Amino acid sequence: MKFKSLAIFLIISSFFLTCILSIWKIMATLQGLSFTNLNISPIFLIGILLSLAFVLIGNKINHLIKIFSLSFIFSFLYFYLNEASPYWYIFGVFLITLFFTNKLKKYTTQSLKEDFISEKIIFDFITLFGIIFFAFVILFPFYIMLVTSFKTQIALLVNPLDFSLDFTKSLTDLFKSYFVIFKTYNFGRYILISSAVSIGTVIVTLLFAIPAAYAVARLNFFGKNFLSTSILIIYMFPAIVLVIPLYTVFSQLGLRNSIFGLLIVYTATTLPVAIYMLQGYFKSIPKEIEDAGIMDGQNWFGIILKIIIPLSLPAIASVALYVFMIAWNEFLFSLMFLDSPKSFTLSRAIQYLSGDAETPRQYLMAGSVIVTLPVLFIFIYFEKYLVSGLTAGSVKE
Amino acid sequence: MSDSLSKLEKRTAYTLVLPAVLLVFAIVLFPIFANVWISLKDIELKDIRIPEPRAKKIVKSISENQSELKIIYKLRNSSLIQEIRNVQFQDKFPTNVSPINLDPRCNFQSKKIVCNFGNWQAKYRENFEITVVNNKGEIIDKKIIKSQKPILSGKADNPLLTTNFTLENFKKVFYENNFVELLLTTFYFTFFGTVGAIIFGILAAQLVNQNIQGRTYMRGILLFPYVGPVVALAYTWTLLLDPNSGTLNALLVNFNIIEQPINLLGQKYITMSILGFEFKLRLALTTVIFFEIWRYFPLAFLFILARLQAIPQSLYEAAEVDGASPIQKFIHITLPQITAIISILFMIRFIWNFNKFEDIFLLTGGASGTRTLPINVYQQGFAVSDIGMGSAVSIVIVMLLLSFMIIYFRLIGKRANEV
Repeated sequence: MKFKSLAIFLIISSFFLTCILSIWKIMATLQGLSFTNLNISPIFLIGILLSLAFVLIGNKINHLIKIFSLSFIFSFLYFYLNEASPYWYIFGVFLITLFFTNKLKKYTTQSLKEDFISEKIIFDFITLFGIIFFAFVILFPFYIMLVTSFKTQIALLVNPLDFSLDFTKSLTDLFKSYFVIFKTYNFGRYILISSAVSIGTVIVTLLFAIPAAYAVARLNFFGKNFLSTSILIIYMFPAIVLVIPLYTVFSQLGLRNSIFGLLIVYTATTLPVAIYMLQGYFKSIPKEIEDAGIMDGQNWFGIILKIIIPLSLPAIASVALYVFMIAWNEFLFSLMFLDSPKSFTLSRAIQYLSGDAETPRQYLMAGSVIVTLPVLFIFIYFEKYLVSGLTAGSVKE
Repeated sequence: MSDSLSKLEKRTAYTLVLPAVLLVFAIVLFPIFANVWISLKDIELKDIRIPEPRAKKIVKSISENQSELKIIYKLRNSSLIQEIRNVQFQDKFPTNVSPINLDPRCNFQSKKIVCNFGNWQAKYRENFEITVVNNKGEIIDKKIIKSQKPILSGKADNPLLTTNFTLENFKKVFYENNFVELLLTTFYFTFFGTVGAIIFGILAAQLVNQNIQGRTYMRGILLFPYVGPVVALAYTWTLLLDPNSGTLNALLVNFNIIEQPINLLGQKYITMSILGFEFKLRLALTTVIFFEIWRYFPLAFLFILARLQAIPQSLYEAAEVDGASPIQKFIHITLPQITAIISILFMIRFIWNFNKFEDIFLLTGGASGTRTLPINVYQQGFAVSDIGMGSAVSIVIVMLLLSFMIIYFRLIGKRANEV
């Protein structure tokens, strides 16, 4: 066994274990446990001992028995070194150690002699660590958003680290913020407006985009190349440079504070990417199928309706979902065009709520949960379509 | 294909394309050009309403005699700066009701009062009174009189359409408001936001591309920040980073990593010392950049992952046989395969970060040294209400964008077609 690779193995694996245990400790602190020390160095040391013991024992005993007994001993040591902590916390430590020792399975005194083993060890653990790190960094704000909506401002000011939920309270107490924002702040109305604008945008965009995309994909006409390049260039221009002229014109036409005005703007800004995505897909449909339609005496309208649309439903679905998401999440135009609470969209309503410093944060977060949940559900449920939409669209947020 | 068929084809194509093109022209292209027009005018937010004559109707009983009523119209010019020419007034009355002692500017004909008020100066106000009686001595229903709204019309110039131009706005953009710092902040934000997002994207893609369990779930989770609504995410971060009761500061203080809470979004500079060298870091701007990276690395991740999955496995196997180390494999196989997509991503993200408004606006509102060009458009146009200035800044943005695009098409446009 090479000494160098063993040393790297011990340090890296123990470092990894220390990191996960620290994350576990942070999460436990947020449940109201009063830890004040991450205890990094002692945990790192016993982590090294654990890995060393693992490699030294090798295959002499059954893997399961080995990991269970090692984890048990580790948790016991951890319990002694750490500040006073409840049993569920130590049980969590035990499970993490179990997971960790199970991951060590492929490292034996034999495997530590392989070529490039130190690099492989580093890569393996960086991968594991990276996945946990990314998952933590991504999900943590969402977690805070969700639990804050169940707490109260006063409780959080007293102890900003206690996010534990009291499930002994009645459901109406637990979901109080949600009742309040629906009753006092009228969120039911904003949900309706947001849905109407988003769904309307999807329908109108598809009505305009499908024929245009078909023409770009299939027909020959003067200015076609110019059109398809300008689609992309137009897309690079940001909403912020459109805002002042649109604001002035909409003010004079009385289109501000109207859902219709918002719908036109959303449609126009999503049209280029919708056309771009659809024409790419239409091009991939074999032309022979259409020729059969022409033989049957169909006109262009019939071909689009009876041949193209049924064949490209997956692409249309991904464009629709994508446009829905853009319209639902859109903020800048709703900020500029809507001043009256009567016509607010959800995003604008939340921004309006936050403008009042008196608004308790749990209401703000409850509103945020309400605006986030539909998009996340749609995303999780239709991930396949959306991902292909995102990659095909390639340009747009 | 015969001539008539190709003519038909052309006509169909135009019919199919035209609605979409017109809409995009009206809402996207027209405003970009309209900015040029507005930026050459000395015009403020309050000037954009076309002045209109207005009247508020008040109905009063004069005496016990309910067959007689006094009506007061509070007339005014809605504009404080512009006159309205040739104001016409019209109001209807029920049968048998007619005015007495009517103002000489008015006529009463077939149940209608029609008046010609001539020109109204800016800020014009007048209380215009009429007394009406019922010819048969019956009681006049006040509600009916009140429910009838007077109609006013008049001619006024649209301040947007006048033809007096000035270059004052551009002078102000370049010589006031610290233009150099504005530009530097914008580029700092754009560059580091872009590079950071791509680096994290490469890392994440490399991780997810390994053979691990739950790979698809991981891909889904990594895209959360990208698909979530910006308002919700920005406010969550604001709460998280709050110096007084934010979770992050509380955690760091709790574990004795820092002594005092740091106002990550409200402090312009922080002094750091590394190896004895002291330097100032743009704190709020850096925090905003981290948010930006957090939100947009998923896009880079998605593209790079798609590219990584298309790399033939045989390349890696061959390298394995040749005894290449993991690092060598990454440098000699993976990196060359993803440089094309990275250069495209760099350009796209660069342009989009350059345009970014919402994220900064929601996190800091442009305070503490996070004022970028797009934020400045909003501040000039809506906070200071000088829409001429706002448009001038927009023009600067458009010009810079156009030059980026030219560079882009020169440098990597050709390569983009190969991917």
